[in-house]
Order: sequence, then structure tokens, then C-alpha cells
Amino acid sequence: MAEFSIDRFVDLYADRTSGMSASEVRALFAVASRPDVVSLAGGMPFVQALPRDEIARLVADALDTPGATALQYGGGQGQRSLRERLVALMEAEGIDADPEEVAVTTGAQQALDLLGKIFVDPSDLVAVEAPAYVGALTAFGAYQPRYLTIDLDDEGMIVEQLEHALLRGDRPKFVYTVPNFGNPAGVTMSHDRRRRLVELCREASIPIVEDNPYGLLRFEGAHLPTLRSLDPENVIYVGTVSKTFAPGVRVGWVLAEPSVIQRLVLAKEAADLCGSNLNMLLTERWFADEHRWRTNLAALVATYRSRRDAMLDAIDEHLPDGAMWTNPSGGFYVWVTLPAWVDTKALLAAAVERRVAYVPGTAFYPDGRGANQMRLAFCYPPEDRIREGIARLGALLHDEERLYRSIEPR
Amino acid sequence: MNVAVLGGGHTPERDVSLRSAHRVRAALGELGHDAWLVDPAEVPLTESLQERPPDLVWLSLHGKEGEDGTVQRLLDLLDLPYTGTAGFDCECAFDKVLAKDVLARAGVPTPAWVPIEGTALRDLGAGAALGTAIERIGLPCVVKPSRSGSALGVGFVEREADVARAVMAALSFSGAAIIERKVIGTEVAVGMVGAPLEPLPLVEIAPKSGVYDYAARYTAGATDHFAPARVSDEIAAKVRAAASRATAALGLRDLTRVDMIVDAEGVPWVLEVNVSPGMTETSLVPMAALSAGIGLAALCDNVIRAATSRPR
Repeated sequence: MAEFSIDRFVDLYADRTSGMSASEVRALFAVASRPDVVSLAGGMPFVQALPRDEIARLVADALDTPGATALQYGGGQGQRSLRERLVALMEAEGIDADPEEVAVTTGAQQALDLLGKIFVDPSDLVAVEAPAYVGALTAFGAYQPRYLTIDLDDEGMIVEQLEHALLRGDRPKFVYTVPNFGNPAGVTMSHDRRRRLVELCREASIPIVEDNPYGLLRFEGAHLPTLRSLDPENVIYVGTVSKTFAPGVRVGWVLAEPSVIQRLVLAKEAADLCGSNLNMLLTERWFADEHRWRTNLAALVATYRSRRDAMLDAIDEHLPDGAMWTNPSGGFYVWVTLPAWVDTKALLAAAVERRVAYVPGTAFYPDGRGANQMRLAFCYPPEDRIREGIARLGALLHDEERLYRSIEPR
Repeated sequence: MNVAVLGGGHTPERDVSLRSAHRVRAALGELGHDAWLVDPAEVPLTESLQERPPDLVWLSLHGKEGEDGTVQRLLDLLDLPYTGTAGFDCECAFDKVLAKDVLARAGVPTPAWVPIEGTALRDLGAGAALGTAIERIGLPCVVKPSRSGSALGVGFVEREADVARAVMAALSFSGAAIIERKVIGTEVAVGMVGAPLEPLPLVEIAPKSGVYDYAARYTAGATDHFAPARVSDEIAAKVRAAASRATAALGLRDLTRVDMIVDAEGVPWVLEVNVSPGMTETSLVPMAALSAGIGLAALCDNVIRAATSRPR
């Protein structure tokens, strides 16, 4: 008799990998990649809007830098010329920054991983919104925190809940938030809440990690001040060019106190030595022409606004009574809450069978909630596909309701 | 021989299927065959097979279309021989509502079950009989989609209040579901290969979480395997006999796997059969073969011989 081990290293893996397992939802997305499926699942930016020839010219230009810089290693903090552009980009959101306080990362995702690495020990508390960006939960998750979940409403994070948690003695290492058009909920933190959150955290000496990928994708209304601009000392700001330029270049950044940046750069160098010089040069050149990036951004905002309108109209028309949804004024996502008996994870199989896909809600909570919720992305499919997708989803939910009524426990 | 290996497809088991197909193609190459991969999600299948007609089609597709008789009937129409079970028998084997009936009629032990049709619930008020179904089967029970693989959509139910949710989840994956008695015991899989089908050594499956669900199947290290299984010779013989009766009753051919649970009394309960078992480096049938000293190439050779020995 022999014991067959499918993975002979299974007893050797670190505890931090214990949460990493095969997922049914991921398997179902293999079906959702069929061309006839309307995918409202992925948050893929509409990169087709970028001028391809111009990008090719910028890449050629970047390759022409002296000393073949584009193909060489670089410094761990990222090119100074790019950091200056990023400072200008942050100025557009009212942030006053110094390029020395900026570290370039491989997408904002790496910034989240590195912040987890330098702040979080196993069983430390980290405060997150509920629902929260799933990529942040998995990035921090590798450092084995406990999560303090703070619910959201239409005005963003309910700061009173955090206040109560602090009063009863909870001491999170930091508070993570996406205040503008958050992923997945699409809600924006109100001005009032921003002030209260910043004051509360400052008094408690708990840093805030402000993740702001969507801030410049505002469809209407006035821009609200970033948390960073309200408290430059206590807020660690995370940015990305994935939504304003292209996710494929993997350029994100952290703006923080020099002491934080120093540790973060050491952690970054340990992780990957440095970012891609070619991509950094390309990004720097893209943002060198303010008229160009602003024109492109304005076109993107118009596209996403029109798609958001198409989605909200279709939702209003097709989703059954009892469904509730958010009204994003920017970003990529609408968050839908269905009656408690709906299981969106199981329902995904029937949805892809009907040629529409979404992301089930449970992924966005660290505590198992969200079973009757789903995230719908309006960023990628054009308006007619969005309307078709929501119509299919609506028909499915109506049938599902009939099924439920036929077997609900009496 | 020219062999088209079909793998991939737009199904939840796409990745597993592709891994199986790549390994089979390499093994067939070792045997001196000219083998190539055809992924119906990447190319129009019929056209591809007409442009480059193979002598034999090896079916490594999983899930609907690959295992429910659809592709088999298409290959019959194209007059192309293929590995594995014929269309009609695939349709029965893949559909638990049909397969369990066939097994029970043939006297093969299979856990008590009740079929639940989605249309009967929606249009005929069958929900009112759900309580009767639970009474008949008892708790705990298992709710399974009738037509689905890899334990997708399967729910384990302890309390009556959770039955509705589990039935709805299963019906998301398939038009019908079964409510099945939960048998407690040792999980074993029996690979059956050749013509006539001969059993490979039994593989025992011991999921660390206690439940052999999707994550336990496809997360490396989440399940312990023992080959041969840690059962007595007497039990092993009973298991093999039940597997043989199951495959004969369902008309299975060439390469298949029978999943069973042996209870405390030593009764081998047949849960389901697979007409296209996984052939990845971590799959049960290659593992069983290896424990008998049979490598993948020899295993594939056996299947090819079986598939080509049939009169056309």
C-alpha cells in the first residue's frame, strides 16, 4: 500500500497559504469567457480608447533613452521623472506632494501587498470596509491579519462603527478604504464622513490607507477632497495609472511619510528589485502631455458615464421587486443586494448558462457575508450588451423567484 | 495512427480537461502516434476534424457536451471512431436521474434517492412534496445537480430548513437534481480500462476537510490518497464486482471511473460513474494505474486498443 501525495510538499507550505484553494467561481468564469456571454464580471478598463499608434511611438521613444535605460534595472523607488509626473497627477486631485515621498510600485496591487508586509503581523487587526476590494483582502490576507469590518452605506464607510470599535478597545494597524466609487460597492464617502474619519484616526494614531484608483473617473458632481489632502501626515495614499492610462503597464504608487517610503522601498527591492523601466518611461511620456491625457480621460469618463446610465436604466427595468442597488457617480461598479434567499454564488452557474456573468458578493467580505449580493461592472461592454446582459439577469431572477416560491419552507 | 485529442471547451472543467489532454497527447506521441490537440473553445470542432480527419478521436472533454453524448453523436455523424462510451450510454451515465435508475434496476447498490425536476417545481407544485422526499431519504442528505461534474453544485444538508437552498443551488447547475441519502464510510474510486473493462487497483480518497467538494478535488494537498485503498481483500473484491456490474449495466467502454463509498457493513455503494475521467498528473485513474506499475503511455495504449478493436 502506498500513500499517493498529489503535492509532495504539502506539509511544508507556510500557514499563510492555507486560505489559497481552488474555487468554483473561478471555474465558472471559464464558461463566462465564451464570446456570447455578456460579462459584467471583470473590471477591465476600456483600453481600446487609447491611441495605439501614439503609444507605439512613445514606446519607441522610451527605447531610445541613453544607456538603454528602458531595458536595464532601475532604482527601487522608481524613476524620478515618473514620480514628478505622478505628483502632477495627484495635484489634479488636490494633493500636494513631493516626489521624494513617492514610491512607484508594480500596480497599486503591489502597494497593498507591501503595506501588508511592513505593517501586519499575524493576528494583527486591520480595519476594512464591508464589502471591501477583494484584491486588498487577499493582499493583506497573506500576512494573516484579523479583519475589523466596517459597514458601508450610501455615504461610504459608517465611521461611527469604527469609533465604537476603537472605544471598546480594538486597535487596528491601519484603516483601509476606497473612498471614491469603491470596488465593489460603487459608493463614495461623504465630505462629512471624510472629516470624521480623518479626525478619529488622527486622534487614535491609526494610519489610514487611502486607495484611490477611480477618483478621476467622476461622472458628475464636485470632486470631494481626498483623505490625504485632509491629513497629509496620517494618510498613506495609494494611486494607479490603471484606470487613467492602462493596467497593462502595471504602474501604481504610494505617497507617504519618508520613513514609510524608506521601509516600503526596501520591501519592494526584496520583492522584485525594481519596477519595469520600459513601462515607467512609457507612462512618464504618456503623462508628459497634459492635453493628451486629459483629453483621453475625458473621453473615458464620457464612455463610462453612458455605460453606467445604460446599466442603471436596465436594472430599473429588469430586476425584480426587492432588489436594491447603488447609484455610482463614477468608477466601474454597481452593487446589487437581492432578497435574502438568493444565493448569488450558486446562481452564477445558471447565469452563465443564460450567457451573463457577474461576481458573487461573498468574495468581498472576509466574514462570509454577501451571499445575496453581486457586483456588476459597466466599464467594459458597450451599452447594448449591458442592456442585454441585465435583461438576461432579470429574466433569470424572475424564474428563480418562481422556483423559490414553489419550495420555500412553509 | 493519427489521433485528434479533444480537450478544453467552454466548461467549468476546462482547465482540468486541457491538462488531461496535453498529457494524453504527449503519451500518445511516446507510443509513436501522430497526436494533436483540438480545443472546441478555440476552433470550430467539426471543420477542424473535417480538414484534418484523424483515424481516432480521443475524448478528454469534461462536463456537458463532452460527457453527455453530444460530441459522441457528432462523431458518429462524421463517421469518426472515438475513445470511450457511445452517445446514448453517455447520456444515461452523465445524468444522475437516469444513471441511478439503471444501476438500481441492475441490482447495483446505490444510495436511496429522489429526483427533483425544476419544471415540476415551477409548474406542477412539486415543492409541496419536498417534505415527503426528505422523509423518505432522511437526514443528513446530499443534494446534487443531475448533470454536472467535479462536485459543482453539490450540497450537504444536515437540517430540513437548508434543503430548499441546496435544491435551488443544484438546480442552478442543471434542470434536475437528486436528493440522495448520505452514506458514511470510505470513499473509493475504481478506474476501469480496456475491452472488456478491467478494474485497476482501488484508490482511497480521504479529504482533509471531510468533504470531497470542488476545493478538495482541485487544491493540491487538500485530499490524501491511498492506492491501493486500505480495505481488506474481501471488501476490495466486492468493490470491484460492484464496479463491473455498474459499468456493464450502463454500457460503458474503454476508460471510465466508478466513484463509491464503502459503509461500515462493507457495502460498496455506487455514487456515480465518469465516462471521461481526468488524466492529469493528480487524477485518480492514472494514480491507480501507477500503483499497479502501469505508466500513462501503457494506460493510453490499452484504451486505444480497446477503442480500435470495435467493428466499425
